[in-house]
Amino acid sequence: MEWFDSGWGLSLVVFLPLVGALVLAAIPRANEAAMKWVALVTAIVTFVVSIVLAMRFDYGAAADIQFGTNLPWIDAISANYHIGIDGISLPLVVLSTFITLLVVIYSWEHWPEPHNPKLLLALVMILATGMTGTFVALDLILFFVFFEIVLLPMYFMIGIWGDTSMRVVPVVNWEIELRLYASIKFFLFTLFGSAFMLLGFLALYFKSGDVGPNTFDILQLSELGRAGVFTGAFAFWVFAALFLGFAVKVPMWPLHTWLPDAHTAAPTIGSVILAAILLKLGTYGFIRILIPILPDEARRWAWFIGVLAVIGIIYGSLACLAQNDVKRLIAYSSVGHMGFVMLGVATMTDIGINAAIIGMVAHGLITGLLFFIAGSMAHRYHTRDMNRLGGQMLLMPKMGVLLGFAAMASLGLPSLAGFWGEFMSLLASFNPLDGLSLGLFRTLMVLASIGTVMTAGYMLWMLRSVNFGEPAAEWLDDHNLHDVDKFEWMAWAPLVVMTIAIGIYPKIVLGATNDAVVNLVNKAFGG
Amino acid sequence: MIDYHAILPEIILGVTVLAVLATDLVTREKYYGAIVGMVGLFAALVPIFTLGVCDDLAFCSGSLPRELFGGSYVVDQYSLVMKGLFIGAAFIAILLSVAYLQSDRFYEGEYYFLLLAALFGAVVMASSRDFITMIVGLELVSGPGFLLAGWRKADEKSNEAALKYFIIGVIAFALLVMGVSLLYGISGTQLFADLAVAPAAVVDEPVFLLGMLFVFLGFTFKISAVPFHVWTPDVYEGSPTPVTAWLSVGSKTAGFVGFLSVAYLAFPTHANLWGPLLWILAIASMTLGNLVAVKQTNIVRLLGYSSIAQAGFMLAPFGAAAAAGADLQQAFGATIIYLLIYAVMNLGAFGVVIAGGARVKSYELDDWAGMWRWAPGLTVLLAMFFMSLAGIPPLAGWFAKLAMFSATIGVGSWWGYSIAVIAALNSVVAFVYYSKVVKSTVFDNVPDHVDPEALSRIELAPTLTVALGVTTILVLFLGVFPGVIGNLSKFASEILAGTF
Repeated sequence: MEWFDSGWGLSLVVFLPLVGALVLAAIPRANEAAMKWVALVTAIVTFVVSIVLAMRFDYGAAADIQFGTNLPWIDAISANYHIGIDGISLPLVVLSTFITLLVVIYSWEHWPEPHNPKLLLALVMILATGMTGTFVALDLILFFVFFEIVLLPMYFMIGIWGDTSMRVVPVVNWEIELRLYASIKFFLFTLFGSAFMLLGFLALYFKSGDVGPNTFDILQLSELGRAGVFTGAFAFWVFAALFLGFAVKVPMWPLHTWLPDAHTAAPTIGSVILAAILLKLGTYGFIRILIPILPDEARRWAWFIGVLAVIGIIYGSLACLAQNDVKRLIAYSSVGHMGFVMLGVATMTDIGINAAIIGMVAHGLITGLLFFIAGSMAHRYHTRDMNRLGGQMLLMPKMGVLLGFAAMASLGLPSLAGFWGEFMSLLASFNPLDGLSLGLFRTLMVLASIGTVMTAGYMLWMLRSVNFGEPAAEWLDDHNLHDVDKFEWMAWAPLVVMTIAIGIYPKIVLGATNDAVVNLVNKAFGG
Repeated sequence: MIDYHAILPEIILGVTVLAVLATDLVTREKYYGAIVGMVGLFAALVPIFTLGVCDDLAFCSGSLPRELFGGSYVVDQYSLVMKGLFIGAAFIAILLSVAYLQSDRFYEGEYYFLLLAALFGAVVMASSRDFITMIVGLELVSGPGFLLAGWRKADEKSNEAALKYFIIGVIAFALLVMGVSLLYGISGTQLFADLAVAPAAVVDEPVFLLGMLFVFLGFTFKISAVPFHVWTPDVYEGSPTPVTAWLSVGSKTAGFVGFLSVAYLAFPTHANLWGPLLWILAIASMTLGNLVAVKQTNIVRLLGYSSIAQAGFMLAPFGAAAAAGADLQQAFGATIIYLLIYAVMNLGAFGVVIAGGARVKSYELDDWAGMWRWAPGLTVLLAMFFMSLAGIPPLAGWFAKLAMFSATIGVGSWWGYSIAVIAALNSVVAFVYYSKVVKSTVFDNVPDHVDPEALSRIELAPTLTVALGVTTILVLFLGVFPGVIGNLSKFASEILAGTF
């Protein structure tokens, strides 16, 4: 297994889906069964390889980079194919392959219109490559390329299979289909951020030349960052550029406005992938790149990140209360949950960053499940308007129970996965890194706690109007309303199981992350 | 004694040009001209390759750079790379033309003759190291261009295009020649190498500065940068589309070669004077090109404005490095990377546009809507090339953008940072219109007057298939392994190592 541990294992996880996409492209249009099987087999094999990685992972040395390799890629700018994972990236890699597999299973009999399984599955596969690639990249240029690869498939997914209802563009008052508006908005926001992120990467590259050969290597740059090479105005501008790139992706208030549109417009599996994994690329960037390379600047601006995070929490909750659209409500709840993740990051402590990672994983599982359910509901009811829905417990009891479960998990019920991220994040803001304003962070803690209450409020309100009460007359004779089918069970049951498992035994995630996080915080802040 | 090995590519091309003309006389199958031309192009690539590797071979006499005719004509790494690019671009342009010319009553034999003559001029420009040779080469590129632009004789727009191109071209040329004569008058030389070391007394004369300014402005015509960009959209739209493809790649790159040679070989020591000028022109070109492109509804006009904007991106490293007085080698390398990648992806984009236009008989985006339904394969390629132009990884265009950003940031002063930020904003704007084409062809529905059934039955011409195949493979390969281009550009910019 020497070959497996020295880069091949990880490379397989990253590039197998791409091979799957190429095979898909070669299958004739009529042969749908073959497409499904190719996609399923690819997703299963990729998932199994990632599980093998998790099993062979040395948890005693979670702080070290494992399974890595470092090969020359673009000599001219000394960018390398440098990959590897530590305890921070491992859970996210597994989460990506896991969600991809569930998405393929769910798709088996749930195709959005226009029907085109070949392209849809190929895009899912390309997305999988981009997502896992971002989590394993240890070279800034490699990271950038993977970070950007996910944009096009998601753009096409929203644009082709998205919601065709009309929507008025603010400011200019054009009326345009939501899918068109959301797809371009998603792309432009992310591109705007990542263009500046790239400038920041290049600035780091040239600055690193002051003390040795120029490098894009994340580990080497982290060492330089710790040694205080990046300081002063230079550090500030690079921080600003990287912050912009990652904050758009998270998304942090006020750069979040693409998210409700994209989530609402995207087809079910698009929303799931977007919520469960794509948002994590941003937070992962904060943890993997921003804090280690620019620790002083991160500490200096921690208050800023924290304030934006809490605004996100409060704003997300308030916006949820104003929604009638189920998917839009879940989308805004994402803004709030990612606010908790960022609050954890802003504390710059090991507890806070652990909270962020477990929060990311939990949000991936729970919001993924919520979007699955919301998508299936919309498919049956042909509407997402909560005013028209109601009485689901009578119409489709199993669906109702699952929705109730997911909503409970989402509002942070103890013993379910969502609890740990929020709780630890609040705990960390009670006692942030030395030097950060205690008063401010404790105020933020109180405000964020109010946010949790509001989250409970809108989730329960959503349950009340969708699940409870008497069904409206229009649904009573609707034969479309069949309860959860077997493909849905197969896709959702694992999410339910994992939500409970992590809720009861958070060490599944924290066992991997803790050493790596402690090491990261110690190195960055010397504490 | 003339070094025949060094000018063997030019000799082969010269013979090819005449052979194409002769072929036209003796046969009625006019596409034979294309075949003769392509064989000649392949043959010309051989000596370019042997010249490139000669340095490392024991039995091969002479090493680069090889100077001919008293330093007026130099074959070095840079010129070889550019000649290779020109020949490749001409090759693709011929492939794009064959089916197009046969689709209507065009003159064919003369067409290939003129295209190859323009190529010959471009190849000469790559090696010119004095203004006279450069101007002869430049005119050999431009002259056939004026004629080819008007090749659709019955079409008013094509006539307008030819006339517009000619008039603006002549004005720009006059400016250039005026500049050269001023420089010659004050310095007594028109060799680049001599101008580079002109004594301070000469350089400080205002006339010298004026001459330099005129020369640079004259070149902006060929590369379609502000202020001589106005011809671009009209000529692109009016010309036969394969000609547009050549103008936007071959002819434009020829302009850049002139630009690079003059900037780095004739006036390297006066970079502080022309640097700020280029810095402004770069910003103006990219901003103006991008903003106006957003509004375009015709796909060829859109590519026209995109061409202006891309010229701005290519000039950015030039302007920033020169204005800041930094080392020019990195900017030189970045520009070559950009030119090589731009050539591949733009030719590919035009290939798809020609293939699509042959079916829809229109270049209006509204008529192309829903192309996905009747030509899925072609639409995938269209999306790929346009996204590559927008610079989205993993398509080749991203590395061109990266090289440009890298060279501007690497300057290490506010000249570089500011233009990098402006270019970053511009690349976001650029996505708006590149994605508009994708949105139209993939997301929109087929308009009522278009019959998807009939359109999906039309087959792609074999020559187009080859051209699209080559460019597709290159765009994907260079996107994933851009190191190849990086090494090529390093090889090309070797002439600069140690020059300054």
